[in-house]
Amino acid sequence: MMNEVSMILEVRQLSFAYGSRKALNEVSFSVRAGEVLAILGPNGSGKSTLFKLLSTLVPVQDGEIICKGINFNSGVAKVRSLLGVVFQSPGLDKKLTVKENLRCQAALYGMPTSKANDQIDFWLKRLRVEDRSNDFVESLSGGLARRVEMAKALLHRPEILILDEPSTGLDPRSRSELWECLFQLCEEEGVTILVTTHLMDEAQKSSRVLILDEGRIVACDSPIELMKKFPHEILTLKTPRPDDIANYLSGQFSLKSKVSHSGLRVEISNGSGGDIVAAVSREFGGTIETMTLSQSGLEDAFFALTGKNFGEEK
Amino acid sequence: MGDLLIIRPCLALLTREMVRFVRQRNRVIGALLTPIIFWILIGAGVGNSFRPGGSEAVGNYLGYFFPGTLVLIVLFTAIFSTISIIEDRREGFLQGVLVSPVHPLAIVGGKVLGGALLALIQALLFCVFAPMVGISVSPAQFILLIGLLFLIGIGLTALGYVIAWPLDSAMGFHAIMNLFLIPLWFLSGALFPPEGSVPWIGFLVKINPLYYALATVRWVLFDPVKSGVVLPGFGLSLTVTIISCIVLLAISVWMTLKINRKA
Repeated sequence: MMNEVSMILEVRQLSFAYGSRKALNEVSFSVRAGEVLAILGPNGSGKSTLFKLLSTLVPVQDGEIICKGINFNSGVAKVRSLLGVVFQSPGLDKKLTVKENLRCQAALYGMPTSKANDQIDFWLKRLRVEDRSNDFVESLSGGLARRVEMAKALLHRPEILILDEPSTGLDPRSRSELWECLFQLCEEEGVTILVTTHLMDEAQKSSRVLILDEGRIVACDSPIELMKKFPHEILTLKTPRPDDIANYLSGQFSLKSKVSHSGLRVEISNGSGGDIVAAVSREFGGTIETMTLSQSGLEDAFFALTGKNFGEEK
Repeated sequence: MGDLLIIRPCLALLTREMVRFVRQRNRVIGALLTPIIFWILIGAGVGNSFRPGGSEAVGNYLGYFFPGTLVLIVLFTAIFSTISIIEDRREGFLQGVLVSPVHPLAIVGGKVLGGALLALIQALLFCVFAPMVGISVSPAQFILLIGLLFLIGIGLTALGYVIAWPLDSAMGFHAIMNLFLIPLWFLSGALFPPEGSVPWIGFLVKINPLYYALATVRWVLFDPVKSGVVLPGFGLSLTVTIISCIVLLAISVWMTLKINRKA
């Protein structure tokens, strides 16, 4: 049970439309102080709109967002000082050095020079970019630039850091370093982190995952709890006889299959995946092109919740 | 905290303008050399066959064209300075500014004052050519000239800001520049006095606020009686220029407030 006092952000009945197209539909959720909340959804799910609203880039149309008791629409300047925002596209001035960018950012938050310099030194060291502080941003790699972006967002010591698909354009190593950094910030600095992503493996690392689909929340829980709620094993088959195999699985094992153009997908919740694989191989061995038995993940939870594969357009 | 979110960010954004300008040499060339080339080619090429009433008294046509070129330098610098708003939006820098607690006045102030200061510096650099065309000014006149060029710079940068703020394409800005800003300068009396032109052109010149801005510069650089160039009164010209600046600045702040929080 969540304690009301520990909530740092509350979103109530939030809706947003671009003209007649509704991008968000009565979205409500709370964010606990010090957690990492991943906002997961395929393209067009509404997560970018939610990010724009949470970052105050666009005003709330319907519903409300409250951060530490301050309403986003009535106290936007106060709210902004509590937020640090990292956009998907790089927001650094490439013609300035790392330090010049950070000094400019500090001034935007009204920080006195001495305090700004202290914070710049602290975050450059903390994010391991102090040796590049006098380099032009245009000379930095994507991973380093992303860390400078984070330093920029953290300079004024925000309580909530909001990131929009921060792994975009990063190589696997930089992605891994970025997430390591986010967890450190959360644990050691007590920063609450909201991060939008369309990558399952990233969402799986967070404290809680909010799954969005077509502008609505379809689930919001810890990755472990979400996966517990849905089948433990997934059997996928590629075969020219999907209907025959579906009938066999239904008759012999009482399993419901989902037949698609690419084959067959079966959810197994009693741990008998191995036996079923053996039985299907015995009966239909010659007609099966590929057969995979995997542990369910968030992608399967998404499938169970929405009835479609992640990234599949309706 | 309120003034810290206006003055400090405004100075930071102004400094950024200056630093970026110095680091982008093509901007220096575009804003300073292009008007100088115009001045030399038009002034030397057309000068002998085109002689407005008073140009004898101001030395030659290059002398008549000199204040117009000063205003053209200010206009070009303002254009290049405000095009960067579109670049900032496209490259993501502006988004970072818009989600900070900074007051919209600081955003306008930083951009407009930065652009005006750059315009002033470049226009003053061009002033080294003044003695070559027989223009000499006293220290007091020079200080007044600095003030007027800065004021015109504020107005033209604010105009560029108003045009650039809602746009998301630099090509769109170029189209407006060719269709509106350059004709605005042509119709300012920079190239020819309105008295000698066809009535409708003369009318357009006299309703153009830039004509009055240019007239203030002419009043400082030439003795209006000796030069023979017909000018609106200095008081009227200065008033129109100041009011134009105030109106354009107010529109800039209003647009920043309105479009800052627009979906």
